[in-house]
Amino acid sequence: MKVTFPHMGYMYVSLKGMLEYLGIDVVVPPACSKKTLTLGVKHSPEFACLPLKLNIGNFIEAKELGADTIMMAGGCGPCRFGYYAYVENEILKDLKVDYNLVVMEPPEKHIGELLGRIRKITGNRPWLQIIKALRFGFLKAKAVDEVEVLSFQIRPRELVRGSTDRALQKAINLIDEAKTTTELTIALERAKELMRVVPAERERPALRVALIGEIYTLLEPYANVNIERHLGQLGVEVDRSMMLSQWVNDHLFMGLVRNIPSSDRFKKVAAPYLNHFVGGHGLETVGSAVWYARQGYDGAIQVLPFTCMPEIVAQSILPKVSAEVDMPIMTLIMDEHSGEAGLITRLEAFIDLLKRKKEQKEALTS
Amino acid sequence: MPIRVGIPRALLYYYYFPLWKEFLERLGAEVVVSDRTTKGILTSGVEHCVDEACLPIKLAFGHVKNLVDKGVDVIFLPRIVSVAQREYICPKFLGFPDMVKQNIPGLPRVLDTTINVRKKQQDIHLFTREVGALFNHGAIKSRLAYLLSMPTHFQYISLLEQGYLPEEAMGILKGKKIKENPVATDLKVAVIGHPYNIYDPFISMNLINRLRKFGAEVITADNLTEQMVNEGVKRLPKKLFWTMSRRMTGGALNLHDRNAVDGIIHVAAFACGPDSMTGELIERYIRRDGKVPFMNINLDEHTGEAGVVTRLEAFLDMLRWRKKAV
Repeated sequence: MKVTFPHMGYMYVSLKGMLEYLGIDVVVPPACSKKTLTLGVKHSPEFACLPLKLNIGNFIEAKELGADTIMMAGGCGPCRFGYYAYVENEILKDLKVDYNLVVMEPPEKHIGELLGRIRKITGNRPWLQIIKALRFGFLKAKAVDEVEVLSFQIRPRELVRGSTDRALQKAINLIDEAKTTTELTIALERAKELMRVVPAERERPALRVALIGEIYTLLEPYANVNIERHLGQLGVEVDRSMMLSQWVNDHLFMGLVRNIPSSDRFKKVAAPYLNHFVGGHGLETVGSAVWYARQGYDGAIQVLPFTCMPEIVAQSILPKVSAEVDMPIMTLIMDEHSGEAGLITRLEAFIDLLKRKKEQKEALTS
Repeated sequence: MPIRVGIPRALLYYYYFPLWKEFLERLGAEVVVSDRTTKGILTSGVEHCVDEACLPIKLAFGHVKNLVDKGVDVIFLPRIVSVAQREYICPKFLGFPDMVKQNIPGLPRVLDTTINVRKKQQDIHLFTREVGALFNHGAIKSRLAYLLSMPTHFQYISLLEQGYLPEEAMGILKGKKIKENPVATDLKVAVIGHPYNIYDPFISMNLINRLRKFGAEVITADNLTEQMVNEGVKRLPKKLFWTMSRRMTGGALNLHDRNAVDGIIHVAAFACGPDSMTGELIERYIRRDGKVPFMNINLDEHTGEAGVVTRLEAFLDMLRWRKKAV
């Protein structure tokens, strides 16, 4: 059995770590590329959201590398993601790309269903070991997030353009290669060291912009056209409302792990603008805009895939939020026609606006 | 003076209007419905709504605006989270009252009580109690008003199951006589789509009436009983968690499996999330068997009718040839 899974940013580090910890063969699909997207777009429904199209591409490419089992997350609505795996399965069936599908989702009747599905992947390995593997995967996700957050702070202040990205890639690879918990601790230290030695003007002030919105487009650099890198190189310090370890802790571990910020901090402040959850991360998006404004951020950018239902609800509410909390918010919609140059122009314009606004504010208060 | 409550002629109007109307009237309200969809209503909806929203939501914005212009006292926009156990309506319905409140200026009071029976059926009375409170009625009186309105709802549903379409069924409830289709029909065509797309003659470009005029008998998923629908979705690997999409998918597959129709037309709205998934599923299941012709029509706010007419004619011609050949 060779297990594969769809890409979502650096999630592969964590999933691969977890499965290999159990001694299961893993095929990581090639990183999302133009080819992935072209394959996906060709075979997916036109109005499906972007992640589904990239997923299909990932699976076709992984098949070429010999994968035969898909491990995927699911859900029970109302966001479309809950039915992703099954639609994708039908598409692959018609393409004669054969896969076993294992969907990890909340059970319909009782917990045994979920345990049974886990068993399909893990075979007869003892539960204790599976729990250890889960923990290991989670630690990897946490390590990756830590390094990523460092890169957000260093990139706008780097002295040599691109040095942060090179260091980040090396750091991620180090974490990826760790096989045991002890190795991981050492790898994380070395990874952080790599980031620390990037030549940078640490004290240089920078604009602070929050990236909010839908989880997939936030986490997958191909889907958001490397928005973090572009903002960083424009001299902007970024913060992302959604980190992988935070999501895992909120949704899989029911917030059991402490010291990890929870998305509850966003949900609490979404009212009165949005008073009910709307599936996906719509409520968090509205809440995070309020939250970041209160933290003194200069602006926020909402990123979402075209036709994403929960985010459209959020999008139509954000202008009012923006006006009331006095923080500019821009919405970027990602689809298969994402031209990078156009995006950079829009980002530059937005950043110019933020800069001017900040200057005005400082002139008034000084 | 009774409170004038406005109900937009959009979204779940086609399922629940008779029930809501009687319920509200029993509570002492005067019910006002927004006008039939016109180009003007759609345009004002498009103006107030974000570009990315789907067509039905834009249209619903237009109808709410229409009610605002009519000067009603309250707009009835319940937050419909779930109308069946372990199911949802699409996310945009969940956020619709908030979208409206943040985007339409000069709104009167909005009745955005939550309807959520996802956990248990009795939760509907949280809704009835809150609505009743608006009219100064206690919990018991509101609950009674709701329960007394239910027979109308059941009557309405059974009319739908007898093959009437919502407008006709509402007419019958009011005591109107239904005109027979003057054209003889030789084909039976299923129109599968969300009620707010296929029953709105403006949005659907009069699809159903055109089909009838061209000599086809029309059947929709709402003409089937719940049991038949569930029979249809049985083959899905997982329960579909959108109520309306489950109805559509189940209806289409049931009609297909029983060979009850000569052709199936799937009507999807531009940028509709659930349609993009279930439409794909329906199409793949039906095409795999290859025994019933299938056509997909996408609706958006552009109103070029000629193209649709041509496609319908071509589809029906094809069905007739096929019938002769077999």
